[in-house]
Amino acid sequence: MEESEVTPPQTNGQTAPPPLPVGHSRRTVVKLVVIGATGAAAGAGGAAIITHRGQAAPAPYRFFSEGEASLLIAICEQIIPRDDAPGATDAGVIHYIDRQLSGKLARHQRVYRQGLESFRKTCLQIHKKPFEELPFATQTETLRLLESGRAPKDLWGSPSQQEFFNLVIDHTMQGFYGSPRHGGNREYASYRMLGLAYPNIIGQNRYASGKQG
Amino acid sequence: MPFPQVNAVIVGAGAGGGVVTKELAEAGLSVVLLERGDWPRYDEHNDDELVSQRTPALGNPFGPDDTHYRRVLANADGSTRTVLPSEGSYNNNAGCVGGGTASYGAMAWRFMPQDFRLKSTYGAVKDSTLEDWPISYDELEPFYEKAEYEWGVAGDYSENPFAGPRKKPFPMPAFPHNREANMLIAAMKRMGLHPFPVPMLRNSVPYNGRPACIHMRSCVGFACPINAKAGSQNTVIPVALATGNCQVRTGCVVAEIIVDEKGRARGVNYFDAAGERQKQLADIVIVSASATETARLLLNSKSKLFPNGAGNNNDWVGRNLQGHGYVGAWGLTEEESYEEAGPGATVAISDFNHGNAGLVGGGMLANEFIRLPYLFCNIRPPGEARWGKAHKDYQRRNFKRCVRLVGPIQEMPNFTARVSVDPTVKDDWGIPVCRLSGTRHSYDLQLGDFLSKKAEAIVKEMGATRVWRSGLGMGLSGGQHQAGTCRMGNDPNTSVTNRFGQVHTVDNLFIADGSLHVTNGGFNPALTIVAVAYWVASYIKTEWKGGKFRS
Repeated sequence: MEESEVTPPQTNGQTAPPPLPVGHSRRTVVKLVVIGATGAAAGAGGAAIITHRGQAAPAPYRFFSEGEASLLIAICEQIIPRDDAPGATDAGVIHYIDRQLSGKLARHQRVYRQGLESFRKTCLQIHKKPFEELPFATQTETLRLLESGRAPKDLWGSPSQQEFFNLVIDHTMQGFYGSPRHGGNREYASYRMLGLAYPNIIGQNRYASGKQG
Repeated sequence: MPFPQVNAVIVGAGAGGGVVTKELAEAGLSVVLLERGDWPRYDEHNDDELVSQRTPALGNPFGPDDTHYRRVLANADGSTRTVLPSEGSYNNNAGCVGGGTASYGAMAWRFMPQDFRLKSTYGAVKDSTLEDWPISYDELEPFYEKAEYEWGVAGDYSENPFAGPRKKPFPMPAFPHNREANMLIAAMKRMGLHPFPVPMLRNSVPYNGRPACIHMRSCVGFACPINAKAGSQNTVIPVALATGNCQVRTGCVVAEIIVDEKGRARGVNYFDAAGERQKQLADIVIVSASATETARLLLNSKSKLFPNGAGNNNDWVGRNLQGHGYVGAWGLTEEESYEEAGPGATVAISDFNHGNAGLVGGGMLANEFIRLPYLFCNIRPPGEARWGKAHKDYQRRNFKRCVRLVGPIQEMPNFTARVSVDPTVKDDWGIPVCRLSGTRHSYDLQLGDFLSKKAEAIVKEMGATRVWRSGLGMGLSGGQHQAGTCRMGNDPNTSVTNRFGQVHTVDNLFIADGSLHVTNGGFNPALTIVAVAYWVASYIKTEWKGGKFRS
């Protein structure tokens, strides 16, 4: 079995994650993750949640530095933004990717490390600001540059900008739509959004089908 | 202590190996079945789409794993890339007791009579090694019947005018159609087509001690928690074990077939679950490890008489790798088509398998298996946004309002589509790995274009609001329907085995899996692999009773 993630405290916060200052402290990142995670928790309709409020925060990531994580969180939130349903941040996509890069998907570590660095430089060169501080619409436009290979080429080697962005899209989808046992899809956020029964209970389905004598 | 010699050692516990094991054990032969994987475990893989044999983002639940296995993909430009089992270009099927049948969608197709004589029906195709099978549908019919009755098939062909003749009805009634199918059926009938229920290796009623299907949404790509889906692991292999003549050894990776100086197979060398070298001597060796791994094993079995691999004096082992290019059409609908019930696919047509003007062969069309949320992320019309709010809106709007009609085209054998062994890359046991090279035959694109347009017309007639086709690229085809690499034939110069799966040049070495298929039909190949394995086993039993193969 996979290890379970630390469950964040439950609040009613539904606001978009605040932009991070440059050189943010570790504590800020933890807060950001916590706030971001609450959308799904608040939507869980009173599911029992163990809180860790007031306790010392554990190291938040296994693979990413805090700076890398805050940048990736912002990218993932662009890929699946919060609206009236939870987004990538709420669903814990960052934890899915972070955990898998330390496990089953370790072969992609280099693409993330290099790609995030190239992307950080791309944003500074184009906007003179970190991605996380850009308005949402500007963030979208910047990622469209990557998608179509139009970001400054001299900042990208291996991975290429498209290779990097395609991988992040795929992993974001996995984290948002995959089983919660891998760290994402917190509280079955995507299954709720799609109206899919969850979890898939064998006995329940058996009797519902009416086929079992 | 060495294992005592047995009558037969079988490599690979999938569809073919399970059948031969059971047949020989029942006939009184002592049998050892070696399987590199483990018995499939349902409970570790419940409803986890990322660890499904269909979308193995985090690995294959039913093997092989990404840690110990790898292959080399050789590109046309000479570059190579090492690929892992969870990557598409590995062309994986499975690695567990049951093989692909532990987690497949379980369609139970017989090939049609014309599928066994494509060349004589249509003539040669340029740059293709197209050939007739050395056996006919009529010869195989009793073995199809045996497969259907021993494994359990639910079906009803009363409305399918295209199938080959059958002596007995299906052992179980067909499954009812799902919502998506009913939407398509009305359109098909308006167009004068002939929809009928997809035959399934899955219990519609309790059968052979296994219960009826409970329609889990996590069906295709997963093992069945109640064994309603028939695989070799819950049908023939348990029967083989019950004879007392059979031993199944799991976690055993076979490195080579031992061939002596007289050109006779003596047994196999393998690594057991603890990684220890072992030897199993046998009177007969049967390889049923899938079209890629069977070819690899033969090629890795070098001896004085066969410096290029067992049975490979003519350089045909590993050639003609085929699978199934899937083509079809998607449609978005106003009304909901989704049902929370697996495996989905219930209706098919065979109107386009043969008799298509100016074309060689064709393929069936069926409504697609259930689409789970992650898989659905990649199902988009051309030009549709892949991410952002548009992605989310698309998922919400269309996840339950999407129809797909899709089918496997009958591929043209291509001599240069090939499994060889890599000169440098090895697996964790030090055994040279599969090297995959070549492309599919270009004719496939023509056939794919034809069949996808037929699907598109049906989905449009159904009244979908938006329709788009899905077609093929030229990439190598293999994957779960892999076939063709040790084809059977009457001419020892252009085939690897005779019509009984017996390697032409090694009398007591047999093959019983999709490798034997000369062509792979316009249908899922599992039932044909099973039927051909019964056919091969029948020949071995007869010869054995006549005193053959004993050392």
